[in-house]
Amino acid sequence: MRHEHRLRIGPVGFRIGSAWKAPVALLARLYAGYPGAGVPDFTVRLEPSRPWRRHLRPSVAIGGDFILPDAAPLPLAHALLAAEMGMNLQMALGARRWLLLHAAAVARDGRALLITGHSGAGKSTLAALLGERGWRLMGDEFALVDLADGRIHGFPRLISLKNGAIDALAGEVGEARLGPLLAGTPKGAIRHLRPRDEAIAAMGETARPALILFPRYGFARAVRPMGEAEIFVRLTQASTNYVALGEAGFRALAGLVRRVPALAIDYPDTAAALDLVARAWDGRGAG
Amino acid sequence: MAALYRADPPALRVTAAADAMTLIYHRPSGITHVVASPVPEILDALDEGPADARSILARLAVAHDLSGEEEAGAAIAARLDEMAAAGLVARA
Repeated sequence: MRHEHRLRIGPVGFRIGSAWKAPVALLARLYAGYPGAGVPDFTVRLEPSRPWRRHLRPSVAIGGDFILPDAAPLPLAHALLAAEMGMNLQMALGARRWLLLHAAAVARDGRALLITGHSGAGKSTLAALLGERGWRLMGDEFALVDLADGRIHGFPRLISLKNGAIDALAGEVGEARLGPLLAGTPKGAIRHLRPRDEAIAAMGETARPALILFPRYGFARAVRPMGEAEIFVRLTQASTNYVALGEAGFRALAGLVRRVPALAIDYPDTAAALDLVARAWDGRGAG
Repeated sequence: MAALYRADPPALRVTAAADAMTLIYHRPSGITHVVASPVPEILDALDEGPADARSILARLAVAHDLSGEEEAGAAIAARLDEMAAAGLVARA
């Protein structure tokens, strides 16, 4: 590949190769200060979907160690999104050292709060807001559960702010921490947010999980405790590699569910969500 | 003659409690089962060897208070069918 950027995010090293210079320069700016990856765990390649598409209406296909053969290429202006999707894909399909949960994670005093739920539940927005309000952002996309001791590994990639969340955060953080506005992506408008420097500096520190929240956005405020079997089943659905890990995944997930309380929270707006999170954290599952 | 059922030895499954439910990881298949009573008890009873619904009921009666023998026997036969479909037991 003509251009390349290597970086380590938490315990995972990536090499991102690109046929174009601009996406790599943008990655280098937004991921400035992240450690380099000597021997990367995963490679992502941004390459023209057809040879002539490097110059003519350039179009980016996501390549790498693991690929989705049917993934549609993206316009070059969305190459940053392609790189982030490529990194997600490597983790979702390739990671075997941890139980991967599709969840945001933030930490306080060495204890982690996991926020999971369906797409649109508000994981990224909540994690981004909490990350600006005294919590250490550990990741907005994947929580990495250690298979041996159940602790959570930080994976603080760029936060993918979508649609309404862009305005909610853009007013609080400086332009220097934001990527370009990517309009008209398959997920609507997206802007990437660089985590705070403190979160990046602390990304190697693991945290003990203390609470799991399953938020739903767009409903009247409500809190519901969840039984262990329901938590277990919901988390198997939220995991990208539970089946692949076999018994190790079962033991890690059963242990997590046994030790960590969980609440389903419904919220009508972000102010209510932040209040619910604060109360849930103080009560640690008592509601 | 009533159908005989057998289960894999206990070493081939990993179990964990989840409130009133039981989580079972079945090692040979790699499948996770979330089950309620009396499924774990039936699996325990089959540790002694293959049995039909009536013998399983007799084994369970040693450790548990059971009433309504006919009803309990029918319930166990129905659970055994479900467990066979899920791969937790097999017809011997």
